[in-house]
Amino acid sequence: MTSGTRRTGIEKAMKTVLLISALASVLIVLLIFIFTMKEATPAFREIGVWKMLSDTTWRPGNDQFGILAMIAGSGLVTLGAVLIGVPLALGTAVFLSEIAPCWIAGIVRPSIELLAGIPSVVYGLFGMVVLVPLVRTIPAPGNAGYGLLAASIVLAVMILPTIANISEFAIRSVPKGYKEGSLALGATKWETISRVIIPAAKPGIISAVVLGLGRALGETIAMIMVIGNSVILPTAITDNPLSIFLSRARTLTGNIAVEISYATGIHESALFATGVVLFILIMLVNGSARFLMKMGVKS
Amino acid sequence: MKRKITTMIVMTSMMLLGACGEPGVETPDADGTSTEAVETVEISVVGSTTVQPLAELLSEAYEAIDPNVLVTVSGGGSSVGVKSASEQSADIGMASREIKASEIQECPEIVIHTIARDGIAIVVNPDVDVDELSIDEARAIFAGEITDWSEVGGTPGIITVASREEGSGTRSAFEDLVMEDAFISATAILQPSNGAIRTTVVTTPGSITFISFGYLDDSTKPIAIDGAFPTPENVNEGSYPVVRPLNMVTYGEPTGAVAEWLEFILGEDGQAIVAAEGYLPIN
Repeated sequence: MTSGTRRTGIEKAMKTVLLISALASVLIVLLIFIFTMKEATPAFREIGVWKMLSDTTWRPGNDQFGILAMIAGSGLVTLGAVLIGVPLALGTAVFLSEIAPCWIAGIVRPSIELLAGIPSVVYGLFGMVVLVPLVRTIPAPGNAGYGLLAASIVLAVMILPTIANISEFAIRSVPKGYKEGSLALGATKWETISRVIIPAAKPGIISAVVLGLGRALGETIAMIMVIGNSVILPTAITDNPLSIFLSRARTLTGNIAVEISYATGIHESALFATGVVLFILIMLVNGSARFLMKMGVKS
Repeated sequence: MKRKITTMIVMTSMMLLGACGEPGVETPDADGTSTEAVETVEISVVGSTTVQPLAELLSEAYEAIDPNVLVTVSGGGSSVGVKSASEQSADIGMASREIKASEIQECPEIVIHTIARDGIAIVVNPDVDVDELSIDEARAIFAGEITDWSEVGGTPGIITVASREEGSGTRSAFEDLVMEDAFISATAILQPSNGAIRTTVVTTPGSITFISFGYLDDSTKPIAIDGAFPTPENVNEGSYPVVRPLNMVTYGEPTGAVAEWLEFILGEDGQAIVAAEGYLPIN
């Protein structure tokens, strides 16, 4: 055998190996979805898809399986996390890529990486003993500290590294010429950042936010520890509509984690159905991100 | 501390048995073959996570006496325990509550062995100045009908109800014993473990919850129900009302190694372990 044919042999073999690795993740996603769907089917059939999605009462002991309250809980806590976390993360990204002197960036960047490495149960613990008592000091009747606000803050810190890192990368990838051109035309540094660099980095920033959203929707254990886990549709507890964030709630992930170890029969199936809803929700978020990114690139 | 006591009991019972060389316990075989040739018998025990730690200790203790028996204990919850016994997928099912009529109806062959009793205490945040509730007041509080401490004789302040999650054996026992037909309020803070619920109530002003006697400590403030404080003495006297059985369930009358293990649990040594772990022996 000549070395030439051996080399093409290795090439072909490697191609197959790489193809298999790539297909593995597609296969795993498919398998998980099929399995979850299969386990959830009895619940969807017996309770009804619409009934599950529109009912707010979850009382498995009484055969009531509405997950609307949990969808609202997951949605609101994610919204809260984005409202708090995205400005913080974007600020960090711009500072690191455009403003920070080397030595400060050398301190900030490893700290953010460390933030990403903290296990979520530690975030939960911190939330439980530090944030919850802090939130409790907000004067409002029935405010026990456990609820959406504490959970949103914890979540905001948890998604900060993801959003900050990817956004920083996106900002750094903006061609130098854009910045130089803008400054040469007489724009100030802030005008250059806000009008030229950030718009140019928009697709990357959007995908960063969406990845953060995905992480926020999927976070479980830290949420269980601070959100109160009550199955209620969150409502404002005072006249101020923002006080909705002082309400307790339960997330879709929390619902599964809290109850799966006890569940049997239709209850177990309903928890898998909760998983299917979560799955679809995350697919929608990722899908819209792809769409937004494409739009961003075009414009 | 509790572990130490248990280990001591196990060791003492081993020594005693070793000294007496009690027959019958050592060799379950009736045909009298030599002990060396005896095959290992496996007993599978499945169910309540409340009973699980106790069952694990009891199995360790028994394995020390009879090394030919291997008891494997796994969790899953009381309902899973009863189901596993009914379906004979496990030798023994564990349940930290009464067996429901529906469960007996589904499988009339099951036999219930109560191995211990466990009280459920109502505890409040230490700042709450209420020391006693009637069982009706407790029910109304947990159902969300009474929402202010002033309604039950305390300083005005909102009551924050905390509870275990749906499916927990402690919760379902509490529902049976206290709530009757009422539901625990949907706005209650839910925490998925005894430890987390205790932390929640100790740190949240105006809060109230229920926990197993085994989890009472210096940080908690238990209150009296119908005049009786949650103590083992009051349970034995019958004045404390919120007590649940810890059950082992078998399919039909147990035989062989299973019967012997249950006998050990109900005997003096087994019940000593039960007491050392903070539960109430059955006698």
